[in-house]
Amino acid sequence: MTSTSAVLELRHITKRFGDLVANDDVSLVLRSGELLALLGENGAGKTTLMNILFGHYTADAGDVVAGGQRLPAGRPRAAIAAGIGMVHQHFALAANLSVLDNVMLGTEPMARLLSNRRAGRDKLTALGNKFGLTVDPDARVADLSVGERQKVEILKALYRDVRVLILDEPTAVLSSVEAERLFSTLRTMAANGLSLIFISHKLNEVLAAADRIVVLRSGKVVAEREAKETTRNELAELMIGRRVDRPVREPQLPGDILMQAYGVMVTEAGRTLLDKVDFDVRAGEVVGIIGVAGNGQAALGGLTSGLVKPASGRLELFGKAFERADGRHFVQAGVGRIPEDRHAQGVVGDMTLWENAVLERIREPRFSRLGCVRRQAAVAFAREIIARFDVRGAKPTTHTRLLSGGNMQKFLLGRTLIDAPRVLIANQPTRGLDEGAIAAIHRDILAARTAGAGVLLISEDLDEVLALADRVRAIVKGRLSPALSIAAADARQLGLMMAGIWGEADRAT
Amino acid sequence: MRLERRERVPLGLAIAAPVVAVIVALALSSVLIAATGVSVLDAYTRLFVGAFGSRLSLTETLTRTTPLILTGLAAAVAFRSRLWNIGAEGQFYAGAITVAALGSGIVALPPYLLIPVLMLGGAVAGMIVLLGPVALRLRFGVDEVVTTLLLNFVIILFVSIMVDGPMKDPLALGWPQSVPVTSDATLAKLVPRSRLHTGLLVALVVALAVWAIEWRTVFGFESRVAGLNPSAATFSGIALPTVLLTVAGLSGGLAGLAGAIEVMGLKGYVTTDLSPGYGYSGIVVAMLAGLNPLGVVLAALFVATIFVGADAMSRALAIPSFIADVIVAISLLTMLVSLLFINYRVRR
Repeated sequence: MTSTSAVLELRHITKRFGDLVANDDVSLVLRSGELLALLGENGAGKTTLMNILFGHYTADAGDVVAGGQRLPAGRPRAAIAAGIGMVHQHFALAANLSVLDNVMLGTEPMARLLSNRRAGRDKLTALGNKFGLTVDPDARVADLSVGERQKVEILKALYRDVRVLILDEPTAVLSSVEAERLFSTLRTMAANGLSLIFISHKLNEVLAAADRIVVLRSGKVVAEREAKETTRNELAELMIGRRVDRPVREPQLPGDILMQAYGVMVTEAGRTLLDKVDFDVRAGEVVGIIGVAGNGQAALGGLTSGLVKPASGRLELFGKAFERADGRHFVQAGVGRIPEDRHAQGVVGDMTLWENAVLERIREPRFSRLGCVRRQAAVAFAREIIARFDVRGAKPTTHTRLLSGGNMQKFLLGRTLIDAPRVLIANQPTRGLDEGAIAAIHRDILAARTAGAGVLLISEDLDEVLALADRVRAIVKGRLSPALSIAAADARQLGLMMAGIWGEADRAT
Repeated sequence: MRLERRERVPLGLAIAAPVVAVIVALALSSVLIAATGVSVLDAYTRLFVGAFGSRLSLTETLTRTTPLILTGLAAAVAFRSRLWNIGAEGQFYAGAITVAALGSGIVALPPYLLIPVLMLGGAVAGMIVLLGPVALRLRFGVDEVVTTLLLNFVIILFVSIMVDGPMKDPLALGWPQSVPVTSDATLAKLVPRSRLHTGLLVALVVALAVWAIEWRTVFGFESRVAGLNPSAATFSGIALPTVLLTVAGLSGGLAGLAGAIEVMGLKGYVTTDLSPGYGYSGIVVAMLAGLNPLGVVLAALFVATIFVGADAMSRALAIPSFIADVIVAISLLTMLVSLLFINYRVRR
């Protein structure tokens, strides 16, 4: 352990929200030039702690000390003046302004008439070159990808000459390639003397990227480890407080073909999103679709969920043409669907759980009669989902937005699986979830497979696909690779597939 | 200081907030009243007495409440589905002119059939007026705020042509007004020797019906989903265009019905000043009510009280009756602020 000085210190921080103790006597030291990971499950108190550090919240007890000076509580300006910057999970950028405008916004006194654009531009370019964060200063933020927007957020902090940078779940919105690039940038920044804290619940990335890992559980610091001296299993156990084993897939022979696509093209505004794809899903198997984000996963999910109609080609469901049907027909025919974005598409946050439970099925006779909602039946249905799929902290009358991500996803999956669908379309089913919830979702998906459902699993998480899928295909620029039996797949072959290189000889059916 | 979204809105707060908003609005408006040199207490007393103090004033207030309930409902149902119908004023006139056309003796039916038919006719006219802009939005993405707002002027000018042309009453001494509807097409008085008519009962029943539609039916369920999260609506297989067109029909129909009832219950004929802005006030009513159909009844009563009371106040004291507009406008602003405090709490 090096003896470099502490640039930032949290001393005995305690924060309560009503009865909930979000942070319980948390102490933490950040050293100069260090990349520190704050690891914990959703709800462990990571974000609260960082918000206290940055002055968004006031701690009930404890001090924040930066560069030897105690920061006044609840004053973000003091934190900024002390050289602390924060990149939030949800970006705070003005989409209609340029990158340079966004970066310079708020750095110049209001009283000055002219903005010193040239100096700003020079500084931005210099910073970009130094840290490998090149973004066109004149690009409009609205036109940037999520990864680029994050670069702008980091540049904004660097432009303000931060010495300490806090990143809240920085990889939550990034693809694995973008995440890799982000971490190399962060390491460059640490090598240049900046101190960084990043918040995460992903074991692999904290192990790969951080120097030191502080594990937070139920608001308390439960462990502190050098990244070199710990293992994934140890961290998982520390983070969750018990062993969580992801379920294991049992071998099983697939049955009849349930869903089959023949040369399906999907286009939007002249762009080809899916390019003559062929695939099939059989009963009792999981077909995994791997690939880097933005290669047509959304269109494939939309096609198989009944949201997007093919421009040409044929989609058959249970042996019948089905490409002209809509979402409701798919559900009624026995297709369960987990949307890519549970908040945007899956649920209505401001409605109750019982209303969300019957969202797809409100017109079925069991939930409505003569155009009137059968509320009691719907409430009972929601209650059953909550009980059977272990949705915690929820009643049928709870507003859905109050659920944590994991519980919301369990509820969504429960709403789909409770009627034993014959086909399950799961698009990024565990994105943003913590280990405990991931294991639960995996168990449910495998249980559906055992019960004979055909599952199409679209995921950017390679580990997830390897754990669940019987066959795997890669999606690259809207094209699908031939299916590869998972038993025959090795890392090299999967890597080639994801890069778009595949030979027809690999076909395994 | 920061705002945190409340997990649950306490019922007491949801009821208290509009009341506090109104009190704050009256307090703020009292500054203007005081500026004219009049005693604030005296002014508000006269306002209250002017609205409720006598049989005449009470019936007058309720007469004004009637169209406001209906236009308020029109705005509330549309806004609930994020359909921005700013055209209730035009739809009101479309309903009114339709009733004047059909009710002046062209349609021969017994009164118990004629009255419902005319009301339906007015509603259908309002429906048709709103369906156009909504169809344009669904097909081409044309902003319905602009189209519905501008259609108001088109329709009022059309009404102006009609009442000064083909539908002009030859017995009206040259005034631009339509031929009156027959006595069979006139609504009965609710209180004898007053202007209050049975249209108020219709409005109250309709408010109850709209509440039941929104909270008890599949259509209401789908229209709320459409407003709260359109992408989730699409994903779950709700036919968004159909839902929005139906909402448009309901909203336009309610505004058209308001116009129809105003003609049949009150004047019997159409002029271009039939509505002192009921369509626009309906938006305020809907906002004050938090888009709740039953709240609309109370909010409409409040707005009518202010308008009727302020008239009396300005007659008694030398305060311009424009103060009514100011009070209503300020209440809208204070209501919007109090909505913030209903949904969020302030944390230090």
